[in-house]
Amino acid sequence: MKLLRNVILAACMGLGLASCGDRERATDVAAREGVLMMGNGSEPKGLDPHLVTGVPENKIISALLEGLISYHPTDDLKPEPGMAESWESNDDYTVWTFHLRDAKWSNGDPVRAGDFAYSWQRMLTPALGAEYAPMLYVIKGAQAFHNSETDDFSTVGVKVIDDETLQVTLEGPTPYFLNMLKHYSFFPVNPRVVEEFGGMGDRASRWSTFENYVGNGPFVLEKWVTNQVIRVKPNPTYWDAKTVKLKGIEFYPVENAATEETMFRGGRLHMTNTVQPDKIPVFKEKMPNELKIEPYLGTYFYRVNVTRPPFDNPKVREALAISFDKQLLVDKVTKGGQAPATGYVPAGIPGYATSDKVKFDPERGRQLLAEAGYPGGKGFPKAEILINTSEAHRKIAEAMQAMWKQNLGIDVGIYNQEWKVYLDSQSNLDYDISRSAWIGDYVHPSTFIDMFTTGNGNNDTGWANPQYDRLVAQAQVAKSEEERLGLLREAENLLLTDLPIVPVYWYTRVYLKDPRIQGWNPKLLDNHPYKYVSINAE
Amino acid sequence: MAKFITLRFLQGILVLLGIYAVTFFLVAATPGSPFSSERAIQPEILAQIEAFYGYDKPTSERFIVSLGNILHGDFGPSAVYANRSVTDIIAESFPVSLKLGSISLAIALLLGIPAGILAAVKKNTWLDYVPMSTAMAGICLPTFVMGPLLALVFGLIFAVLPVAGWFGPEFVVLPSATLGLYYAAYFARLTRGGMLEMLNQDWVRTARAKGVPERTIVWKHCLKGGLIPAITFLGPALAGIISGSFVVETIFQVPGLGQWFVKGALNRDDFLILGLTVLFASLIVLMNLLVDIAQVALNPRLKYD
Repeated sequence: MKLLRNVILAACMGLGLASCGDRERATDVAAREGVLMMGNGSEPKGLDPHLVTGVPENKIISALLEGLISYHPTDDLKPEPGMAESWESNDDYTVWTFHLRDAKWSNGDPVRAGDFAYSWQRMLTPALGAEYAPMLYVIKGAQAFHNSETDDFSTVGVKVIDDETLQVTLEGPTPYFLNMLKHYSFFPVNPRVVEEFGGMGDRASRWSTFENYVGNGPFVLEKWVTNQVIRVKPNPTYWDAKTVKLKGIEFYPVENAATEETMFRGGRLHMTNTVQPDKIPVFKEKMPNELKIEPYLGTYFYRVNVTRPPFDNPKVREALAISFDKQLLVDKVTKGGQAPATGYVPAGIPGYATSDKVKFDPERGRQLLAEAGYPGGKGFPKAEILINTSEAHRKIAEAMQAMWKQNLGIDVGIYNQEWKVYLDSQSNLDYDISRSAWIGDYVHPSTFIDMFTTGNGNNDTGWANPQYDRLVAQAQVAKSEEERLGLLREAENLLLTDLPIVPVYWYTRVYLKDPRIQGWNPKLLDNHPYKYVSINAE
Repeated sequence: MAKFITLRFLQGILVLLGIYAVTFFLVAATPGSPFSSERAIQPEILAQIEAFYGYDKPTSERFIVSLGNILHGDFGPSAVYANRSVTDIIAESFPVSLKLGSISLAIALLLGIPAGILAAVKKNTWLDYVPMSTAMAGICLPTFVMGPLLALVFGLIFAVLPVAGWFGPEFVVLPSATLGLYYAAYFARLTRGGMLEMLNQDWVRTARAKGVPERTIVWKHCLKGGLIPAITFLGPALAGIISGSFVVETIFQVPGLGQWFVKGALNRDDFLILGLTVLFASLIVLMNLLVDIAQVALNPRLKYD
């Protein structure tokens, strides 16, 4: 019965692929009209740049708003002028001056330097409870203001020189400040509009609803049907409106990867957000022009609870980290062209090569485990891998389990918890080994390294190393970028020696893309400035 | 009858209050919070957010406040979806589910009941075997198999219907067929069973012996009683079908209520969970009341008491 069904399904699929293009499909009509239809994961939790934290939100907000600096269409580091026409910094990168261009909000208001000061003050207003507020701590005095040590915003290093000039003083030398500015937590909001709908500290402000939204980006909201579609159209008041090629973008919140694939093949999407891992080999063969596998600035790793024996012993942790075949795992399990993580900070950051400290070496793994008192895995206490409920994570955990068993002779179990429970367990250190991942906020090693300092809210391993903390602190005030990267390199080496984490693989973005889409280039943070994107009718 | 309805209505209110209280304390006791995320939130920021939504108060106090609000028809804000209230969310998605649900139910009844009657009347002929084995297959084939199968055949192979979305009449066909066929199968089997039971009664034999035409026996004497099992199932089916089917909504990207049940629970969106629970419970209470009334109307042996 099952076989029969598979045969029918396979036959149907073959026919389905063959019959594509028989009649005009929604994607063909949209392509002719210059409208891009893209899968966007899930319904955005909101479109207020100061309150959201997710990827689907980011993808829509970056069409609606523009910061001082924008993402460059091809280069991950190059600053693309946004609201700032030009900028300069002093010699040690602590004081930055931005010269704003003549730009307008979608309601016709001019965009002024004061709008940025207002927006950053809003971000740092304690009552707003903005989760990304710590991103702004790079600005002098921002942390004190945010922690209510003062309510005088003039103590924060944001100075409006005049309507077109904004001066920002930072806590320390930060040459990569321009990269941070690309993040939506630095995006402006229109103060007049925010004040009209409840003011700075109102979390439930309705300024960012469909009816009230005012942006300064290349697109404006045209339609928002919950759980269905968000459509944007070109913003006529955008300063660079002539560059914008698309006539619209439709963001579809499709959570289910199978549905998304059906929609792509059925002519209802030009681009998917993701792909089911099991289907990747099929797509490689059948749809090589559509399947895209691109590097992505993220690391998949396991956290190890260093407060629990036997994991308090660094030898045990190292044995775990080097005794499974990462290459085999990415080839046979994840299948999405991921790179085996021999270090923690992913590849692709210019000037910072990846570490190769954690290589597959089962021989040495066995030896370390024996030194730790568990020769051949004998006497190793029963430990468990915590995963959040997901088929993909389970498969990876099962592969790790099997390889550890084979190479070290130890038995680990797997147990899953639903997402929110898993988050609780992880932050309460209520686990042995926990599946984890981290995606960079900006292109710099510090977005990965900083989180493992002692007591950092994202550390979640119980690991504390004063030398590591010192290196990270020194890196924050380093005089040159070379020196900073050197210090971060040292810190990463320390992390990879102590190994409170087991690096598994470096992420890739895997998705399906209609070959008609132009100007959509591989980007480390998956940020694609829409104004350069276009779509061919043919 | 008025007394019966009033009494059942008051009973319903009590049931709803009970369900509300149980759900509230269960949700409050569940680990995880609507505000937790993969990126740790600083304790100070978390405290601000919690204070905004009233989470800084003890559970019992929150219960009283939220109960008061609900009695005034205010289900509160969504704790996860900024600047949207639970009422907004329900107002947006309920009509979609209502439309999908009523069309699916119509399909289910129009296919299921005639098939069931036919099968019972033509017992042990191909007119019985074919619809009943189809129905059995329909019950066994869950919507998550049926849905993609229909999408594959009609959306991709013949490309006559859109595979997903909810933009016009043609988008309603596949999801309502998936949901409708599933329930049609149930109704067919229940109707067949009910009809057979009636047709085997002694008085039917008597009627036949007296020469009452078969048509009169089936349509006039047996149909009412034969439908009772189907009607009983109609109550929960109606509530379930109207409040949305998560699976069908996910497969076909239908922006209905079902998705919110799951999102609410996964996000720990307490207010949304409570609002939806109250809505779903009210629907069930209401549907069951209607079913009870219908049953008495169909079965003279039952009385209001």
